[in-house]
Amino acid sequence: MSNRYKEDFPILRQEPGRKPLIYLDNAATTQKPETVIRAMEDYYREYNANPYRGLYEISVKATDRYEEARSVTAGFINAKEPAEIIFTRNTTESLNLIAYSYGRSGLEEGDEILIPISEHHSNLLPWQQLAREKKAVLKYIYLDEKGSLREEELEEKITNKTRIVALAYVSNVLGTIYPVKNIIDKAHSAGAVVVLDCAQSIPHFPLDVQELDTDFAVFSGHKMLGPMGIGVLYGKKELLLRMPPFLTGGEMIDYVAEQEATFAPLPQKFEAGTPNVEGAVGLLEAINYIRQVGYAQIGAVEDALTAYALDRLKQVPYLTVYGEDSRTKNRCGVISFNLEGVHPHDTASLLDADGICIRAGHHCAQPLMKYLGLAATCRVSLYFYNTKEDIDALIASLMKVRRWLGLGN
Amino acid sequence: MGIENIYSEILMEHANSSHNKHHLAHATHTHRGINPSCGDEIELEVFIKDGRIEDASFTGSGCAISQASASIMVDLIKGKTVEEAKKLADIFTGMIKNNITDEEELEQLEDAVALKDISHMPARVKCAVLGWHTLEEVAKNKKTC
Ligand SMILES: Cc1ncc(COP(=O)(O)O)c(C=O)c1O
Ligand SMILES: [Zn+2]
Repeated sequence: MSNRYKEDFPILRQEPGRKPLIYLDNAATTQKPETVIRAMEDYYREYNANPYRGLYEISVKATDRYEEARSVTAGFINAKEPAEIIFTRNTTESLNLIAYSYGRSGLEEGDEILIPISEHHSNLLPWQQLAREKKAVLKYIYLDEKGSLREEELEEKITNKTRIVALAYVSNVLGTIYPVKNIIDKAHSAGAVVVLDCAQSIPHFPLDVQELDTDFAVFSGHKMLGPMGIGVLYGKKELLLRMPPFLTGGEMIDYVAEQEATFAPLPQKFEAGTPNVEGAVGLLEAINYIRQVGYAQIGAVEDALTAYALDRLKQVPYLTVYGEDSRTKNRCGVISFNLEGVHPHDTASLLDADGICIRAGHHCAQPLMKYLGLAATCRVSLYFYNTKEDIDALIASLMKVRRWLGLGN
Repeated sequence: MGIENIYSEILMEHANSSHNKHHLAHATHTHRGINPSCGDEIELEVFIKDGRIEDASFTGSGCAISQASASIMVDLIKGKTVEEAKKLADIFTGMIKNNITDEEELEQLEDAVALKDISHMPARVKCAVLGWHTLEEVAKNKKTC
């Protein structure tokens, strides 16, 4: 089963004299389609200018395209209005913005912040540091052995002191899809706001912020076919209005005097300095591409691939898959595993020799690894442009690893 | 550069054997080294007398490259003076950073030369030098005994 999407991605095209790239590290970053690359190039070739400031045609065009990216992003996740979309550098910056601005102004001693133990460091450290500063309490939701959230654990940990619940929609280590609607409802009943890290979900399935009623949602352009350096923060308008600025400087002010200033309205209030127009233009094209393929199709291709990959991995001797090891509706194509007796870094280096890119390490989730009793894992993460042939190549390579390292089969 | 060369026989022999992996009964110095990028960990133990490394060993866990490199290093530094060992550490890091290519100079590293090709694998450099960095720390903290 070859895959027509590969052709849209220059880096994945088979070309004479070039080693084929088997890219299975999509949770780290995705490859970019031609349309995204071209849109960014066009920006520099045709209308590069500092937006908002210029009183000339190309600056107006740069401003228009930047704002178009904002409205398209708003529509893409069903935000009520574009002003609820703040452009940042990435998921990490979006989360820091919330922790600094909302967290610092809204938290008091003894308040509780609740996160699952599986969170990426990006959705852990801002809360950990905020809790230390505010003498608030950072509490963890622990998981069952398959990586699922336990209902009773949730009931027990959400209290009337909980102010913030922050969690990933999809785990970047185990691929688990968390029941976020349920968690959001419970958090709201307790009077807490919810911060939803969609970095690993939005590449694969739709996000509807109004239906979920999430207070904040964040993601990175580069994990959804867009460029690096552009991230999104969605916040409910009434919250964003109340929050103080995060960074201050140019573009985010109305009026500046020697000793005081008034700030620009949303969304500019949170976008200090010259923005990343190139990134926004790339993100816009990435959204267009995803829409064109369609989430239904992306989901169908990935479900089949994930099921195939899990089946094939089971055939590799001495290999253990962590988390849910068969395809269910509660898991995405992020698969962590280890070969017995082989350190994941050695596995990754040996696969690299066959042109196969996988991730190895703690995946920026050290507390989870410690909780699972693991030092590190190998991680394969799929996207709709991957094929069965990619998985076959992975399996063939994995079969060789233990022998290569002098461990027999 | 073939990866097979890096994971060569000699390297795998060290990674899978445990002749240097144990505690020393009378260690005068121990030092722990960590490679945060892949979680490699070693604890180097040495017995130094009159400025000479009379015995050495290590414990720890991690990737084949970190463990083999530490084991090869332990073989190499036993019986050397601390000064000589420091010199070897310099040559080793020089080799890995591709600053030292002179065959004769590299010969002093004996089996450790098997790790030369790591200089082409930036992601694994830290694994290869972990043991040697830990040794440098030991040398720095050495009290005269
Ligand atoms: C779940 C999750 N959250 C946050 C991040 C951080 O994303 P970025 O590095 O783009 O800020 C990642 C990326 O690995 C992730 O997988
Ligand atoms: Zn290592």
